[in-house]
Amino acid sequence: MGPEEDRQLIVDTLKKKKGKTKFYLKDFNKIFPDRKPREVKKLVNKMVTEGILEYWSSGSTTLIGLKGAGKQHDTEEKDE
Amino acid sequence: MTKRKTPMLDELEKGSWPSFVSDMKQEAEAREKTDVDLQTPRECVDDLLGLLELTYVDKVVHWKHGGIVGVFGYGGGVIGRYCDQPEEFPGVRDFHTMRVNQPSSKFYSSEYLRQVCELWERRGSGLTNMHGSTGDIILLGTTTPQLEEVFWELTHNLDQDLGGSGSNLRTPSCCIGKARCEFACYDTQAICTEFTMEYQDELHRPAFPYKFKFKFDGCPNGCVAAIARADMSIIGAWRDDIRIDQEAVNAYVGGEIKPNGGAHSGRDWGAFDIQKEVVDLCPTECMSWDGKKLGIYNKECNRCMHCINVMPRALRIGEDTGASILFGAKAPILEGAQMSTLTIPFMKIEEPYEELKDIVEKVWDYWSEEGKNRERLGELIQREGFQKFLEVCELDADPRMIQEPRSNPYIFWKEEDVPGGWERDINEFRKKHQK
Repeated sequence: MGPEEDRQLIVDTLKKKKGKTKFYLKDFNKIFPDRKPREVKKLVNKMVTEGILEYWSSGSTTLIGLKGAGKQHDTEEKDE
Repeated sequence: MTKRKTPMLDELEKGSWPSFVSDMKQEAEAREKTDVDLQTPRECVDDLLGLLELTYVDKVVHWKHGGIVGVFGYGGGVIGRYCDQPEEFPGVRDFHTMRVNQPSSKFYSSEYLRQVCELWERRGSGLTNMHGSTGDIILLGTTTPQLEEVFWELTHNLDQDLGGSGSNLRTPSCCIGKARCEFACYDTQAICTEFTMEYQDELHRPAFPYKFKFKFDGCPNGCVAAIARADMSIIGAWRDDIRIDQEAVNAYVGGEIKPNGGAHSGRDWGAFDIQKEVVDLCPTECMSWDGKKLGIYNKECNRCMHCINVMPRALRIGEDTGASILFGAKAPILEGAQMSTLTIPFMKIEEPYEELKDIVEKVWDYWSEEGKNRERLGELIQREGFQKFLEVCELDADPRMIQEPRSNPYIFWKEEDVPGGWERDINEFRKKHQK
């Protein structure tokens, strides 16, 4: 599988998850069970730099989701 | 005077201790008067005081949990904080924390500190925490648009990077080491800087199931408490003998040199009693004093440092120095606090640290594969067993790793581990031992 197909597989997998928009790094490892976690981490972090994915951090833990999906910081204030 | 009434916070200014409330009020007043071109709300500290007062009244926190903030290309170093009462406290609508990677052992010039404070007054709240428990400089409170601006100024004008947060490698931290301390068994600052530079990717981009901390203590006194706080604790040790200057020992006994560097001089404790204050307190009972000569049976010494701390001019660490490597400390979120477990009793710590880096990478690969989400390394070791961890590190079990037989941790020997192996007839065994 080429890098573009890897990216598409990640995007498609995340889009399929209903009701969940932010994921642990380990959830991405499950998409590529035959690869080393370090390799998957590099791809995921590259996709963040490219603006496809984005980080969400509580301060202690980091989650990753599709950019723009779910709660955003500029709308968080407006939520009731 | 601050604009808001804060009767409950005012209570915290009473008594003899310094008060963070007084500090905040001082900053609020300074912001009101300053002619600095403030890029964040002038009233942010006032609003912070008001919000904290409300928290005390309501007995609930008024910060939302985390957020999508950061600087471009970084997945750590910024902790998003949004207030859930933005209309009443607009100055702290968004009030993010930035972690700044402290230099090794926290050596600063006063010029650098002035520059950090000037930057944070202009582009942040002016409030800092020197330092956070991981060791970083904590810059408390700025708005979302200021994050990139602060980062640009830090990196371009101050030659300064952000630290770690989230599921990243956290900012490595070390004791003062050889810069000022005669007990340092290796150069803690050199390795701390080297590991910070080597593992930049892990420090700035989420890489793990949860946080991971390196801490470097130059000796077992543990000034950065690596054994209690780090997933990987590198603690200075020596493997030869404690060096004894018998003349100096007698000078301590004779009262010519004050014990403990004169630290306990607040009251009269009487004359120094080497038997009572040193020999009898040795945890492994490996010392003797015949009235003239101090003896140490070094094979029993567990490097507790007590005798050296009491008589630093008479006793010195050995000359064959390095470090003990321990893994798995953590604070109490799940199952209580845990101290690091001794895994490598002794390793020479010398540049380029290849042996240590090999271990680090084996451990990270294992934890990334096997660790559950939000599971610290110490919890994984506890879940899967120390024996499994030794296999991952490609190390043999060693009596020095345990406190006492059949206690911590428990090693089940495999047949291939035991010279000659063994044969067991399961049917014979079952005759005497039912399932």
